[in-house]
Amino acid sequence: MLSVKGLTANVGDKEILKGLDLEIAPGEVHAIMGPNGAGKSTLSHVLSGREGYEVTGGSATFEGRDLLELEPEERAQLGLFLAFQYPVELPGVNNTYFLKAALNSIRKARGEEELDAVSFLRLIKEKLKILHLDDSLLKRAVNAGFSGGEKKRNEIFQMALLEPKLAILDETDSGLDIDALRVVANGVNALRSPERSMIVVTHYQRLLDYIQPDYVHVLAKGRIIRSGGKELALELEEKGYGWIDAEGQAA
Amino acid sequence: MTSAPAVDDIVKSEYEHGFTTEIDSDTLPPGLDEDVVRAISKRKGEPEFMTEWRLRAYRHWLTMREPEWAAVNYPKIDFQAISYFSAPKRPEDGPKSLDEVDPALLETYEKLGIPIEEQKALAGIAVDAVFDSVSVATTFRKSLAEAGVIFCSISEAVHEYPDLVKQYLGSVVPHTDNYYACLNAAVFSDGTFVYVPKGVRCPMELSTYFRINARNTGQFERTLIVAEAGSYVSYLEGCTAPQRDENQLHAAVVELIAMEDAEIKYSTVQNWYPGDAEGRGGIYNFVTKRGDCRGARSKISWTQVETGSAITWKYPSCLLRGDDSVGEFYSVAVTKGRQQADTGTKMIHIGKNTRSTIVSKGISAGQGEQTYRGLVRISQRAEGARNHTQCDSLLIGDRCTANTVPYIEVKHPSAKMEHEATTSKISDDQLFYCRSRGLTEEDAVSMIVNGFCKEVFNELPMEFAVEAQKLLSISLEGAVG
Repeated sequence: MLSVKGLTANVGDKEILKGLDLEIAPGEVHAIMGPNGAGKSTLSHVLSGREGYEVTGGSATFEGRDLLELEPEERAQLGLFLAFQYPVELPGVNNTYFLKAALNSIRKARGEEELDAVSFLRLIKEKLKILHLDDSLLKRAVNAGFSGGEKKRNEIFQMALLEPKLAILDETDSGLDIDALRVVANGVNALRSPERSMIVVTHYQRLLDYIQPDYVHVLAKGRIIRSGGKELALELEEKGYGWIDAEGQAA
Repeated sequence: MTSAPAVDDIVKSEYEHGFTTEIDSDTLPPGLDEDVVRAISKRKGEPEFMTEWRLRAYRHWLTMREPEWAAVNYPKIDFQAISYFSAPKRPEDGPKSLDEVDPALLETYEKLGIPIEEQKALAGIAVDAVFDSVSVATTFRKSLAEAGVIFCSISEAVHEYPDLVKQYLGSVVPHTDNYYACLNAAVFSDGTFVYVPKGVRCPMELSTYFRINARNTGQFERTLIVAEAGSYVSYLEGCTAPQRDENQLHAAVVELIAMEDAEIKYSTVQNWYPGDAEGRGGIYNFVTKRGDCRGARSKISWTQVETGSAITWKYPSCLLRGDDSVGEFYSVAVTKGRQQADTGTKMIHIGKNTRSTIVSKGISAGQGEQTYRGLVRISQRAEGARNHTQCDSLLIGDRCTANTVPYIEVKHPSAKMEHEATTSKISDDQLFYCRSRGLTEEDAVSMIVNGFCKEVFNELPMEFAVEAQKLLSISLEGAVG
């Protein structure tokens, strides 16, 4: 589904990704862990098409398409979804309106019929339940005045609605207390399916107690320096990034 | 109110204006002097009092100087180069078919979803009277007549209701008010007259769209709306479709008068031609709009969506004379390309416990230049007056400007004033967020802008609000990147 090969990317003059490889098959959940400054967010942003990053080499294909030459909205329409680490506020833009526009734009791109208001509302109510979200959220402006937990839940709620093929969760656990974390993780788990893959980017092992990954990768200094099963995350938790860092340098 | 004209009459009158051959001789040569003013009055068959009224204005105009304080730049207008009376164009002078019309204009019509017959009319192509609209207008007139509401052209009013015209015309915006208002008083071409009798709630939204004879009111339009005690009227002006017009200078005057407990709601969508990419050929829109809350507990509310014109100079105002009267101003103004706008409002608190609300949303894109200029004055006897002003600017791109110039004069210690102002930019983060959800950049901009303007759109009549939103999206296409 996603195939990243030798990806290198700069921010300004600084090289952040230094030859990154990643293969993700349908239905797999991959966790990417790593210390601060390893390039985790850069990877999320480069894959989703954010401006400000210069890809200097390598490739990324998604469903057979060259991801890197697509606009962000085209990637979304293909089925890529990024749950933001810091969801952006859109004052005055009604949440329901925003979601309907987003969903219909994706459906349209896929050649599906746009949903009318009634079917959309039915769908949205159904999805709200997964995230234990209140109806009142629909009447508010997108993320405006939301608490940290609400913002993150809203991201997963959007994911539930847009039904992506590949979701990238960028530090979705940051800033969440344990209860909110559980709700968010349950939401994510409810969305796992044999057709849907996920990249869970996180700093801490904690999230992986709730969202069990098939693979764990350690990202450091712009490269994946170690990959393994979920036990790798536990090992990391125990020994810290320093351990793997030292090993990485020795290698 | 005169009885509703039969369909036949309407069709015939269209015919008259559209197909006579004497029309060429009906256009006065460029230039302005007393004879021209007299000639205009004569062509319109006006009674003596109107001719005198116009002449008085003209003589005063000669003593005035063009105002220069607004933050707009344009070449000096040669007032002797303008023709002050031109009869409606003959159909064969306009484009013959849609093939001859600027494709860009057609594209906009298409996006606005305007029916083909209406597209033709807007583009200046002669169309046969569409039976539907004639019958709608006739039904419309009938139910207004039943309610006792007068709704006609100001020329008609001069003939049919001279006493009302004498009493109210120029009573809110006297000819001495300002340079353009004075010019308008001397040479105004036509416009709208509305009179709502005591206690009557006007049964429908009034719109010039339904006034069959509203076309070709020309560059010096004059509107007068009088709402007697306890009455209510909502008036819609303008059209979201970009209108073709040969006249560059538009100097309209709008006067509203609300008596005791009366309410007037005046909504405008202005989308005159803004000129080409360099701003050439766009309309200069120098308008004076003022409402007079004469009676206690009266209310006047201005709502405007301004996206067109090369230069806009406009301050719809309220004179809050009656005790407990209320003035409101809700505005969305867009400047893009080379457009310039110096716009805002004046709230003059005279009566006790008068209240006013100002919500101004300015959007500047491209090399647009926009200034909000607003005055709130609390006079010595306006005990307990209150004002709330909210003035927000949204910038798109880095070559546009937005200024806010609020004037506040308070002469009573009990006044309560609030002024909030913000300036923001559509951020890259916001755009990326929307795009990562599958929306195009243009959809994202229009969504954010519409969110920004929501408080104003909420004040517009429903179907107008929908159109205004669409218009805003179309105006801002290509504004980013």
